[in-house]
Amino acid sequence: MPPPVLDISDLEIRFATPDGVVEAANKVSLTVEQGETLGIVGESGSGKSQVFMAVMGLLASNGRATGSVKFQGEEILGRRASELNQIRGARMSMIFQDPMTSLNPYLTIERQLTEVLETHRGMSAKEARHAAVAMLERVHIPEADQRISLYPFEFSGGMRQRAMIAMALLCQPELLIADEPTTALDVTVQAQILSLMGELKEAGKTSFVVITHDLGVIAGLCDRVLVMYAGRIVESGPVRDIFKSPQHPYTAGLLASMPRLDESDATRLTAIPGQPPNLQRLPPGCSFSDRCPRVFDLCRSIRPPLEPFAPGRMKACHLPHL
Amino acid sequence: MPSATPLSTAPLLSVQDLKVHFRIGGGFLSRRPARILRAVDGVSFDLRPGETLGLVGESGCGKTTLGRAVLRLLPNIDGRVVWLGEDLAKLDPEGMRQKRREMQIVFQDPLAALDPRMTVGEIIGEPLATFRGDLPKAEGKRMVQAMMARVGLLPQQINRYPHEFSGGQCQRIGIARAMINHPKLVVCDEPVSALDVSIQAQIVNLLMDLQQEFGMSMIFISHNLSVVRHISHRIMVLYLGRVAELASRDQLYRNPRHPYTQALISAVPIPDPDLERQKQRIVLTGDLPSPLNPPSGCAFRTRCPKVTEICARVRPDLLPIESGHQVACHHWDE
Repeated sequence: MPPPVLDISDLEIRFATPDGVVEAANKVSLTVEQGETLGIVGESGSGKSQVFMAVMGLLASNGRATGSVKFQGEEILGRRASELNQIRGARMSMIFQDPMTSLNPYLTIERQLTEVLETHRGMSAKEARHAAVAMLERVHIPEADQRISLYPFEFSGGMRQRAMIAMALLCQPELLIADEPTTALDVTVQAQILSLMGELKEAGKTSFVVITHDLGVIAGLCDRVLVMYAGRIVESGPVRDIFKSPQHPYTAGLLASMPRLDESDATRLTAIPGQPPNLQRLPPGCSFSDRCPRVFDLCRSIRPPLEPFAPGRMKACHLPHL
Repeated sequence: MPSATPLSTAPLLSVQDLKVHFRIGGGFLSRRPARILRAVDGVSFDLRPGETLGLVGESGCGKTTLGRAVLRLLPNIDGRVVWLGEDLAKLDPEGMRQKRREMQIVFQDPLAALDPRMTVGEIIGEPLATFRGDLPKAEGKRMVQAMMARVGLLPQQINRYPHEFSGGQCQRIGIARAMINHPKLVVCDEPVSALDVSIQAQIVNLLMDLQQEFGMSMIFISHNLSVVRHISHRIMVLYLGRVAELASRDQLYRNPRHPYTQALISAVPIPDPDLERQKQRIVLTGDLPSPLNPPSGCAFRTRCPKVTEICARVRPDLLPIESGHQVACHHWDE
């Protein structure tokens, strides 16, 4: 088996805030294999986005990451921006939830796309424009040849997100990180973006990380899933196993709390009680213990380690099975 | 499943040919002539006591505008809104003010909807102070604390400020404020969209429990079709300010007849890897047309997989196809 595209081990992320240190990620270890699509599920405060902001070297200035992040076998954590720029945008790129705030409103789509190619690929302006139009066509932007000279505000939300994806794919990156790529979009446009990402995945040249709170998006796209809660991975496994037989009470709770179009007529949704975790006021022991329906004494004193329990599956829970 | 509603009772609310048009541009210094944006364009429906009507559609389809127009929170409303037999447009300002006690709204962004300088007790008690000024202070406080307990807040937190609460708790505060005067109608405008998945279910359950207990009607606006299906008795699908389809929840989800409804339902990802990957998804091409310049005939024709020549010429009327099921499409039975 070829080495993983991304190999994160024991990543810790700390933010210094006026109220003290916030532990945004603790002992996070994960790999993204070649050609794989990895889904990361979690709610606000789970640390799912910060892990990949650290990978991209984009943590806020009060944040510090320690541990190891290897991209294609090469350590990249703590590298200087100038060194990271050789990789970011070229071999590894990221798209964000809100395409309007990620695109530069003062530049045309053409300028924003060709800049990437001229910087990383050394193309001439003419070659770059040609390649950019071809990429916009690939993400199904109609009349790409004309639309490329428009500004972001002249694009609809769906077109902006497609332009973002086009920009991220321009240099044929080995890894594409998508942080809530469809959350800000209407369901019809989400369907377009999901089918586009499905096509790109089929093409097989790129590995994907999809960060989302929407389990439906994960179900359709991903090969493997990691579930995060309060800065830690609590469960991981192949997508089918996670959905058919979740083994962490938090994963099971998330799945049960979603109303589904294919559900039989249930009277009430099974909500997870309590509030999303406050990273500065976590309970001792297991972080989920104060919301867990299956909590027992041990959970309140000792944090369960993340351990393998079946081929390809890990969980951090004291219960032998759910 | 939402609770059963009596079918024979007179409507609480009857909306007839409601129109909300906004004038865009054409100001004193503008070079371009004014244009008319038809945000809501001829919508009619009845709402029975204790019933929940879901409003769905993409951004810009007019669902929020419709919700606010029903409450007369917007200027330039055309058409009739009849509240228990009384035409709201004919009421004087004081008469309308009195009616507002019975109609409330819950907003999408729970923190932005609460005044950061007011305590939770002041926020929830404000409708009491507005409409029942004669209420003794101690009694008001008792009612606020009882409502806090009812919506799942700790009554001893009555003197806290909104920023001390999480998003889900802020939404509970907003719901308590809406419920304190026992309204007959609550418009919920995307009440769970800004919340985490695990909290959404709590709020949906709370709204359904409150409806069981207090019997109010709800207009539930959301782009999340799964949530709307869960909470609504009937559902209205809007497209560019007009009704595409209106049906009971089972009719709509089991047997959608408008191609737009079919596309919307098929676009919802199902959290099941096998079902989701086998599913035939209708992917609409293109984006929502500009409401300033809607297509001729049927507004959906530019994205419709069933489009024919008649669709560009004739706008389809909203017609009943079976009891309680209305569709605006030339090709609904194909």
